[in-house]
Amino acid sequence: MSGEIILQARGLGISFGGVDAVKAVDFELRQGELRCLIGPNGAGKTTFFRLLSGQYTPTRGAVTFRGKPLAGLKPWQIARLGIGIKTQVPSLFEGLSVQENIDMAARRRLRGKAVAAVVADVLDHIGLGDLRHRPCGELAHGQRQWVELGQMLAMKPAVALLDEPAAGMTHQESLRTVQIIRDITQHSAVIVVEHDMDFIRLIGDRVTVFERGAVIAEGSFTEISKDPQVRAAYLGRKENADA
Amino acid sequence: MTRVIQPALLFAALVLGLLAPGWLELFTIYEFTAYLIMAVLALSLAFVWGKGGIMCLGQAAFFGLGAYAWAVGAINFGPGLAALAISVAVPAAFAAVLGYFMFYGRINDIYIGVITLAVTLILFNLINSTSGPQYRIGSALLGGFNGMTGIPTLAWPNGMPLDPAEIFRLTVIVIVASIVAITLYLKTTPGKTAIAVRENEVRAELLGYNVAQSKLITFTLGGALAGLGGCLFANWGAFVSPTIFSLVQSAQIIIWVIVGGRGTLIGPILGCIALQWATTKLGTQQVVQVNLVLGLVLAFFVLVVPQGIVPMVTGLLRRNSRTGPKAEAEQNA
Amino acid sequence: MDFASVLVIEILGSIAILVLISIGLAVVFGMMKVINMAHGEFLMLGGYVAIYGTNHAGLNFWVSALILAPLVVGLVGLALEWLVIRHLYGRMIDTMLATWGISLALIGGMTMLVGNTTTGIPTPLPSVSIGDYSVSGYVIFLIVLALAVFAGLFCLFKLTTFGLQARATTQNADMVAALGGKPRRIYALTFGLGAALAGLGGAALAPLTGVIPTIGASYIAKAFITVISGGAAVIAGNLSASVLFGSVGQIFTYVYTPVIGEVALLVTAIVLIRILPQGITGRFFKRSI
Repeated sequence: MSGEIILQARGLGISFGGVDAVKAVDFELRQGELRCLIGPNGAGKTTFFRLLSGQYTPTRGAVTFRGKPLAGLKPWQIARLGIGIKTQVPSLFEGLSVQENIDMAARRRLRGKAVAAVVADVLDHIGLGDLRHRPCGELAHGQRQWVELGQMLAMKPAVALLDEPAAGMTHQESLRTVQIIRDITQHSAVIVVEHDMDFIRLIGDRVTVFERGAVIAEGSFTEISKDPQVRAAYLGRKENADA
Repeated sequence: MTRVIQPALLFAALVLGLLAPGWLELFTIYEFTAYLIMAVLALSLAFVWGKGGIMCLGQAAFFGLGAYAWAVGAINFGPGLAALAISVAVPAAFAAVLGYFMFYGRINDIYIGVITLAVTLILFNLINSTSGPQYRIGSALLGGFNGMTGIPTLAWPNGMPLDPAEIFRLTVIVIVASIVAITLYLKTTPGKTAIAVRENEVRAELLGYNVAQSKLITFTLGGALAGLGGCLFANWGAFVSPTIFSLVQSAQIIIWVIVGGRGTLIGPILGCIALQWATTKLGTQQVVQVNLVLGLVLAFFVLVVPQGIVPMVTGLLRRNSRTGPKAEAEQNA
Repeated sequence: MDFASVLVIEILGSIAILVLISIGLAVVFGMMKVINMAHGEFLMLGGYVAIYGTNHAGLNFWVSALILAPLVVGLVGLALEWLVIRHLYGRMIDTMLATWGISLALIGGMTMLVGNTTTGIPTPLPSVSIGDYSVSGYVIFLIVLALAVFAGLFCLFKLTTFGLQARATTQNADMVAALGGKPRRIYALTFGLGAALAGLGGAALAPLTGVIPTIGASYIAKAFITVISGGAAVIAGNLSASVLFGSVGQIFTYVYTPVIGEVALLVTAIVLIRILPQGITGRFFKRSI
C-alpha cells in the first residue's frame, strides 16, 4: 500500500440502546485509494459510513482525518476539511438547474472564471451537458445520482464518501456511474458503500466486508469472493436467497 | 431576452418615477409615496423570504425600528446622514442579534415565523407603554401609544428639508437601487449560497457552506432594508406610532408578498402597491371591513394561487412561448 | 407569611392564565404540527360567547363560559377545518398562512358585527382575604380550571379511543390509515378540540380583560412563545413552559411593569430556543404526552 493515510478509524464503535451496531473497527484509507464497503443488509456498513463522515458521534474510538479528530465538528466544517458526501437518497438543490448545482460545489474552493471552467468540465464528465438548464427536481433518478457525483467531481474533496451511488440504476447506467467514480478517484480517495455485488465487481478494487458490525475480510474482489467466511456470511446467504 | 428586457423596464420605471411628481397633484404624490415606501418593506421580505427562504412574519419589526430610530436620531443629531445611518444600523443590529439566536439554534421555519411575529407584537406592547416624560432617548420623547409627532424631515446639506416631490423621488431611487443591488448580490457567492440554503440546507452544509451564517447575513440585510423603508416612512408623515408593529400591519406585508409572488422581487412590490391602493379605496366605504377582505384574499391565494400572481403570469407566458414554433426550433437546435 | 401566600397565588394565577391562553394552540401544534394563527381570534370568540350569553341570552355566566363558549368555538373550528385547513394537510407553512387569513377575516367580521369597542362583564366571584391582603377569588377559580383542563386532557388522551388514535396519528398517520383508522377525521376532531379549548380559555379570561375584536393580538404572542418553548408533548410541554414563563413574567411584572414582564418572557424564550431548539420536551419528559 502506498500513499499517506488520510482517513483513519481506531477502535470505532457505536451502540444504540445497548446494541453494538458497530463494534471496535480499525480502518485506514490512503491517498488515491478506491475502497468498497460491502455487507448484507443490517451488517452495519451504513452506520459505519455515517460514523466515518461525522454524521454519527461514536460511543467509543475516534475518526481522524490527516491526524485531526472529527469529533465535535459541524457538517460544514467536516466538508471544508476535505470530506465530500454523496448521501444514499440524492439530496440536491431541487429548484436549481443542473449547472447551478455543480456550480455551488465548485464555488466553495474556486473563484471567478475557474468556476465556470470546472462546471463545464464536470457537465461533460457526467454527460448532462444537454440538461444543464433543467431543474434537478425534474430529473430522472439515475441522472440525479450523477449530479451528486458531479458535485463530488467539482468539489474535489480529499475523501469522497459515496453511499450506494448505483442504487436503482440499470446496468447501462451503472457502467457510466463506474466511469464517473473512476474520474473522482483522479483527485480524491473514495469509499463506496454498496450491497450490489455486480457493481462491486465492476469497480473491482480493494473491498472491506462487514458483518454484524465488524470487519470480517479485506482484500481484492477475487480474494474476498474466495474467503469462506465471506461466502458464508454474505455470498452464501445471497445464493441461498436466490435459490 | 430577459437580460435586455428587465434592465430596460427597470430603467423606464426609474425615469417614470422621477418625472411623475411633475405631473401629479400634491395629494396624489403624498398618497403614492406611502405606497412606494411600503413597497420597500415588501421588497425586503421578498429578499428574506422569497430568495433566502426565511419565513419572517415580523418584518414590520425592522421597519418600525427604522422609523423610531430615524425619529430619535433626527431629534438628537439633526435630520442628516448620522440619523440616516442610525435608522438602518439599529434594525440591522436587532435582526443580527435575533437571527443569531434563531439560526444558530437551528430551529425550523414554523418556529422562525412564530418567534419573529411574537417579537413584533411584544415590541408593539413595549413601545405602547412608553407614555410619560421618563421614557426619553436624549431629547426625544417616545410618546407611548400617541407615538412621536413633528419628526424632522431629512435635509440637504444646506439645511433645506426635502419637499414631498423630492421624498417621492428618493423613494423611487431607493426601490430601483435596491432591486439592482439585490439582483447583483444574488450573483455573488454569498448570494448564491443564500439561494442554495433555501433549496436544501443539508446539501449546502455537505458542500461546506455555513448555513446558519448565511441565513444570518440574509436576515440582517433584509432587516437593514426594512429599516431604510421605516426611515422613509418617518420622513414621509413626520409621524410614527406603535401601530407600525401591529398584527394587522405584519399580516399585510405577508399578503403583499403572497399575492405578488414569493419567488420574485417585482411581484411583492406590485402586490403591495395594488393592495394598498385597493385597501385605501375600501377604507373610504363603511359596508365591508378591510381586514375581512384582506383575510379572505390571503386564504384564497394560499388555497388557489399559492405561487402568486407574477410567477403565475410569467409561467403562462413561458408555456405559450414554448409551444410556439420559434421555441421549438430553439429546443431542437 | 400572608404576603408570601398571596405572591404564590399570584404566580400560580399567571401560570394558569398562560395555560388557558395556550393549551388549545398546544393541542393543535402537538398533534398536527400546525400553528393555528387564528388561535387568538378563537379566544376572542370565546370571550364574546361568554359575555353575550350572560348579558343578552340571560344565561348563567358559568354556563355560557364553561359550556356554551367551548361548544360554539369548537364548532367554528370544525367548520373552518372543513372549509380551509383540510385542503392544506402536509403543507405546514401554507396552513399557517391560511389560518392567518382566517384570523384577519374573523377580526374584520367581528368588527362589522359588534364594532371596535371593548365589552366587559363583572368578575363573577368576590375577593378572598388572606390576613391583611386580599386576592381575587376568580384567579383561584382560574387555577382550578387550568388544573381541570390538564386532568381532562390527560384522561382524554390516555383513556379514550380517540386519544389513542390521536396519539397514534401523530406518530404515523399512514399506519393508522392502514389499520383502518381515519387520520383525516382525527385531525378534524383535534382541530375542533383545540378551538373548543381556545373558546373556553377566552371565555374564562373575559371577566379579567373584557373583549374587543382585536384582543387576540394581545394573547397570541404569549401563546406562541409558550407552545414552541414547550415542544411537541402537549401536556408536559405546556405545563413546563407555562410554569417557567408564568413565574418569570409574574416576577418581572411584580418588580417592574407588566410590559417588562412580557419582554422578559420573550427574552427567556429566545435564549431557550438557542439552548433547546426542540423545546423543553424535546430534551426532557420526552415520553410524556
